[in-house]
Amino acid sequence: MSGHIIEYAHPLYGLMAEFDTPGELVAAARTTREAGFRQFDAYTPYPIHELDEAMHLYDNRVSLATLLGGLFGCAGGFGLCSWISAVALPLNIGGRPLISVPMFIPITFECTILIGGLTAAISMILMNGLPLPYHPVFNVARFAAASKSKFFLCIESADPMFDTRETAGFLGSLNPTEIAEVAR
Amino acid sequence: MQPVELPDKIHVGPVIDEGHSLASVSDKIGGIVLKRRITLGWVFGLLISFAVLQNLMAGAAWLFIKGIGVWGVNIPNGWGFAIVNFVWWIGIGHAGTLISAILLLLNQSWRNAINRFAEAMTLFAVMCAGMFPVLHTGRPWLAYWLFPYPNTMDLWPQMRSPLLWDVFAVSTYLTISAVFWFVGLLPDLATLRDSAKQRWKQVVFGALAMGWRGSARHWQRYEKASLLLAGLATPLVVSVHTVVSFDFAVSIVPGWHTTIFPPYFVAGAIYSGFAMVLTLMIPVRQFYGLQDIITIRHLNNMAKVTLATAMIVAYGYSMEAFFGYFSADTYEKFMIWNRMTGPYAPFYWILILCNILTPQLLWFKKNRTSPFRLFCLSIVVNIGMWLERFVIVITSLHRDFLPSSWGMYYPTIWDWAVFTGTLGMFMTCIFLFIRVLPMITIFELRMLLPGARVKEPVAQ
Amino acid sequence: MSEQKTWRSLDELSSTDGFKEYLHREFPRLAGEWVDDEGRRNFLKIMGASLALAGVTACTKQPVEFTMPYVEAPEKLVAGKPLFYATAFPISGVANPILVETHEFRPTKIEGNPEHPASMGAANVPTQASILGLYDPDRLQTVNYLGEIRSYASFMSSFVGMLAKQRAKDGAGIRILTETVTSPTLFAQIQEVLMLYPGAKWHQWEPTGHGRRMGAQMAFGQFLNPVYHFDQADVVLSIDANFTGEGPGTVRYARDFASKRNVRDGVMEQCRFYAVESSPTSTGCKADHRVGMKPSEVAAFVRGLASAVGGSGGGGSKFFQSVLKDLQSAKGKSIVIAGEDQSPEIHALVHYINQALDNNGKTVTFTASLESKPVDQWADLQSLVLGLKSNEVDLLLILGGNPIYSAPRELNLKGAIQMAKMRIRLGQLDDETSEFCQWLIPEAHTYEMWSDAPAYDGTMTLMQPLIAPLYGGKSTHELIAAFTLTPEKSGYESLREYWQTKHTGADYETWWRHSIHDGFIKDSALPAVNATAKMITPQPVGSGGDGYEISFHADPYILDGRYANNTWLQELPRPVTRLTWDNAVVLSEKTAKDLGVTDGDRVEIGVNGASVQGSVFRLPGQPDGSIGLSLGYGRTRSGRAGNGAGFNVYPLRTVANPWTAVGAKVKKLGETYKLAAVQNHFAMEGREPVKSGTLEEYKKDPAFAQKESETAPKGLTIFPQEWKYEGYAWGMAIDLSSCNGCNACVVACQAENNIPVVGKEQVLNTREMHWIRIDRYYKGDVGDAESYFQPVACHHCEDAPCELVCPVAATNHDQEGLNTMVYNRCVGTRYCSNNCPYKVRRFNFLLYNDWDTESLKLQRNPDVTVRSRGVMEKCTYCVQRINYAKISAEKEDRKVLDGEIVPACAATCPAQAIAFGDLNDPKSKVSQWKREKTNYSLLGELNTRPRTTYLADIRNPNPDLGGQG
Repeated sequence: MSGHIIEYAHPLYGLMAEFDTPGELVAAARTTREAGFRQFDAYTPYPIHELDEAMHLYDNRVSLATLLGGLFGCAGGFGLCSWISAVALPLNIGGRPLISVPMFIPITFECTILIGGLTAAISMILMNGLPLPYHPVFNVARFAAASKSKFFLCIESADPMFDTRETAGFLGSLNPTEIAEVAR
Repeated sequence: MQPVELPDKIHVGPVIDEGHSLASVSDKIGGIVLKRRITLGWVFGLLISFAVLQNLMAGAAWLFIKGIGVWGVNIPNGWGFAIVNFVWWIGIGHAGTLISAILLLLNQSWRNAINRFAEAMTLFAVMCAGMFPVLHTGRPWLAYWLFPYPNTMDLWPQMRSPLLWDVFAVSTYLTISAVFWFVGLLPDLATLRDSAKQRWKQVVFGALAMGWRGSARHWQRYEKASLLLAGLATPLVVSVHTVVSFDFAVSIVPGWHTTIFPPYFVAGAIYSGFAMVLTLMIPVRQFYGLQDIITIRHLNNMAKVTLATAMIVAYGYSMEAFFGYFSADTYEKFMIWNRMTGPYAPFYWILILCNILTPQLLWFKKNRTSPFRLFCLSIVVNIGMWLERFVIVITSLHRDFLPSSWGMYYPTIWDWAVFTGTLGMFMTCIFLFIRVLPMITIFELRMLLPGARVKEPVAQ
Repeated sequence: MSEQKTWRSLDELSSTDGFKEYLHREFPRLAGEWVDDEGRRNFLKIMGASLALAGVTACTKQPVEFTMPYVEAPEKLVAGKPLFYATAFPISGVANPILVETHEFRPTKIEGNPEHPASMGAANVPTQASILGLYDPDRLQTVNYLGEIRSYASFMSSFVGMLAKQRAKDGAGIRILTETVTSPTLFAQIQEVLMLYPGAKWHQWEPTGHGRRMGAQMAFGQFLNPVYHFDQADVVLSIDANFTGEGPGTVRYARDFASKRNVRDGVMEQCRFYAVESSPTSTGCKADHRVGMKPSEVAAFVRGLASAVGGSGGGGSKFFQSVLKDLQSAKGKSIVIAGEDQSPEIHALVHYINQALDNNGKTVTFTASLESKPVDQWADLQSLVLGLKSNEVDLLLILGGNPIYSAPRELNLKGAIQMAKMRIRLGQLDDETSEFCQWLIPEAHTYEMWSDAPAYDGTMTLMQPLIAPLYGGKSTHELIAAFTLTPEKSGYESLREYWQTKHTGADYETWWRHSIHDGFIKDSALPAVNATAKMITPQPVGSGGDGYEISFHADPYILDGRYANNTWLQELPRPVTRLTWDNAVVLSEKTAKDLGVTDGDRVEIGVNGASVQGSVFRLPGQPDGSIGLSLGYGRTRSGRAGNGAGFNVYPLRTVANPWTAVGAKVKKLGETYKLAAVQNHFAMEGREPVKSGTLEEYKKDPAFAQKESETAPKGLTIFPQEWKYEGYAWGMAIDLSSCNGCNACVVACQAENNIPVVGKEQVLNTREMHWIRIDRYYKGDVGDAESYFQPVACHHCEDAPCELVCPVAATNHDQEGLNTMVYNRCVGTRYCSNNCPYKVRRFNFLLYNDWDTESLKLQRNPDVTVRSRGVMEKCTYCVQRINYAKISAEKEDRKVLDGEIVPACAATCPAQAIAFGDLNDPKSKVSQWKREKTNYSLLGELNTRPRTTYLADIRNPNPDLGGQG
């Protein structure tokens, strides 16, 4: 979060609106962004792809990291095989050449998958800023429903356009079932 | 992923029955973990499994005390039950990854109800499988020498050996499956955290959920990651059994040294895997009243996959026989003939019966849609697939090139002890799993609900 | 001691039972000293320290000996460098000349004595295994009187008493029973005794070898010793004779015979070999034409042949005619030889046949008998029994042998022997005979004593001890000396003095030292004597009538049972049956079918009013309606290995006819008793692992074998590049024409490489550990199948399939192309064994090596690892010998010479069938063999490129009998 651009800490983390259906949330998210808000987030019990487009979320770094991880694993795997067989322990094994490429492929492949897969999972978790023991949104009592059946939209005080009263009014115009202040 | 279409009614039923809401599915499945009290049946089942698990303990202990000689292995049959069981368990594991990864890529919505369970099964099966290569070595306490680690002896493994490929393949498989499984669990752990009443449960699930809060930004990366993982796991699952088949195909033993092994092993693996999923899923769905979530349609689909793989396996067998005959090679010809008429012929024919003939019943919808019949059939297939591995390992080894060194293989009680022991271990894990974690992916289930679809109100 | 007790003085402690028991457990050698008074004091001196230990410890192991560093190193001893001493191992009195390898004065391995005409560097199976007999943990370890431990001194004191009584009546009450005596020294000593005690009687008896002895007597009217010269024979007819496996001179015979059988470029000649057998032998398996006949038919055949060669009579079968024709066309260049287990009559007839064929004096020569006093031993034994029964024996001395076990039942020796008032037994084991003797004196093993014995040709062979008697054992010489005026005389003195009397010419000392060093007396072979065999009139042969005919044979390895407690021999597969740990009721396929029995079914054989029970083994080549039984099994007091192995057939033998029995009844018992064979498939299944052809085929196309197994050119493989081996490249070639399947290589390998014995149960589970095995295959129909032998050890393949699949590189190639096995690195996946097409890898499924038995530790070869549980092992081409030679070569800054390295198997092979050496040296023997057209790779089509190859088995069948027999 780009908290550094504001010079004083706002008492609130932000304002949170609750919706019943994914449709309303998506619409609300779109309007919010069109209204010029940037520091806001939506919370849903399952992935909603319309939100990506509504909130302009296009983050491909996970894919990139995975690609790099995979390539590293691939090189590492083949490197390991060759180094061991030709440098570290160069033995005449059944009259085969020290670097017998066809026989190194399986291990190379497995290493590619291993490193690639681990990078995918780990990079996703880290880029999501997890693990994160505490987060203000949990202060809202009804937010527990976010992991079950309800849909939330939270505009953060970190947003330059944020103003407690106006923003609250704006959220109200999105006719949510409820609006709550999110304490820090 | 495209928004999910409701299944059409002409089909044998929906992937999830009507009347479920976002909240109700969460409660129903989460409830099994959080609210439902421990039933006698469950305790009983767990105790039985745990008792059987003791066979493994006893068997392994005696093995370590006396040596591998307590098993039936000998020269020429250097491998016996241990390897048979290893391949069997690994094969079973494959269904999980297949369902979660390949069906995800193929965008099969019906997988959502069963993938969590199948993945768990994968993990446990691979755990069972993983033990055998270690136990079957002559000096198990040195098995770690198979890992490439810097050591004072300055010795390294031999990278050309299929056994070493196994080490890499299986450990990778275990790791990636576990990761994939955990990633899938994250949002559901959050759900449990939020719906748990007791403090300690909130803490435990909270810690596991790592503070997941369903943020749209997170979901976006999350979806990417799971898609990538699926993309990686798919070739992995294929490669793992390919490598396992290399243990045989790379050797020069007649009956092992065959190019058809990789595809035919993978098919066999999926086959046995689906059979095992059915074996487990059908009772569970019964006992925990999940008929409305794991519907007849699921069973029907799995039955179809089973039938399909059965046909591939059948093709494998016939090709094997054909190769043997067509090779015009003394040893190959003898091998296949010995399989069909030799001392172990009964096992061969039983396996043909179990793996090829019986599954043909699945052509009839009546059989595909009756849980009970499916259950029985799945058992038959499990047995058949175990026999297949037995036939491959033993009948190939016991009569190879020089008639002077032909011999027979007879398992001892210690072979059986260890085998049954792993069955006990597997069931124990399953029993524990269904109590402590949601056995169905809740958040993916939600996406199947009618209410889950996005209908934006026309903005005025 | 079982429980701790406080004790004040050594005497108090030593008086407790616990201590006595402890003493016997820990110091059996010294236990004797204890019970005898004069011994005790100095015993206490030695053992004081250990006594203290005894007081304060429970049943824990105590140090048996005090170790001390050399102040002056013994002569010639360089630690770690083996020393070789010449001596001999006599079997039934006939010396097998050998060199014994000792490490720090520990005898560990037997090699043949290359200088000696009877060995020329090779040794047979029982001789190779004899080293284990020395360390047999079941050996009698103390002097015993009625089961109580005594000292030799106390024996002597009471013995002197007994003699004093005998002196009065000229020793009329003294009887001495020995095995066949050939040692001149011993004979001289016995004569001395008989001089002192004119009334005393000396009897000799052994259960086998009777036919040969009496046959000569029958034919020539005198006891003669036949010596065969197979290297000069063009036609050989064997009458049940396993001359490359059993009996005197086998080692030399095998070598000479092989020299007439192996075919090389240039020498395309081969002798023709017929065998007529009542039960298949390994020698017979090599025959160009082998015909199985019932004992009665064999007798008839020989009679027919005798009369035919004598001019009269003709007719007979086609086979008979062709044999006759061949023999007569090779007059003076043929040999007819009768087996050890044939009757004197057959032997006599055979001598006559050779005579008629003009062979005597040419291919068969005769010397004076090797025995000091040849007698009809069966009559001799009967006269002893008579003496016993008539109650005139006060003092019976049994030197070696085991008569109570092996004597015919009808003599009831067991009962008779107990009529003797005092029975003294000199024996290595507390065996069936010892059970009925009061005094048991531990007998010194051959390698613990001085003695002498003639070889098969009479060459006088001297024996020197290689280690001090492990259990204070006494040699026959020393015990006989006890009768004389110099009772304390050592074997050494007796021997040395005897030869002093014999030695003409000056400087006895140098001559003596020289002879001891060589192990034999140069040019002492007995001169050939001219004798003419007369045609004997054979008694009419009583046809078997109904019922089965039985032929008795000594077991090829444990012989008449004397080596039954030798685990190496027990587990060594019999050459023909491939059985271990048991003898069997050998039947033909058809006979078994008639009886409705199969392998392992127990049957009862009743004949001559006795019956024995054993399990059936079906053997192609066994004549229908006959039963082959081997002696030497069913021991009850031979020790842990021999007890309970097999069944005892001696009860079926009669004094009248100990060689065969007729009219036997066989009853199926309905039980089964598994027999442990190391090979269960004898057909080649159309794979031809043994390439074979007739001499004619070979002459037409010498390279027929290579055509049958071609290896793909390296260029066609995925890795076309070859590994280069600068320096040495070790390789082996095995000549299948020479190999006669005697298995000497297997037991030699076992001794050299510390190979464990696994026991019957493990053999049944096909887990035997021998690094080299001799496969046996049949060709043709079961009726008259040809047999082939094929020694198989690790082939050290260039493109070894085993190495490729080892995940930890525990097996890999060294820079000289050896396929090495790194035990310490092996984790035991057994994948290498699965992937070995030759199945030569052996796995320690359990802890097979005996890590506890002290005596066995002494035998181990210090240059070879003693493997533990869970590791793979296999033939190394005797890498320890290779390195030994390389080191000595490097010290002298030269290359290893061809023939300098000889693996244990090749060294001991009597047929010289194994060549080993450097493939990079075109002049080496192995390179020459590999250039032979008959050279082929086993399973060459698998592209393993083995370093071990074979020379095809060439046979020379009689065209008249339709090519391949």
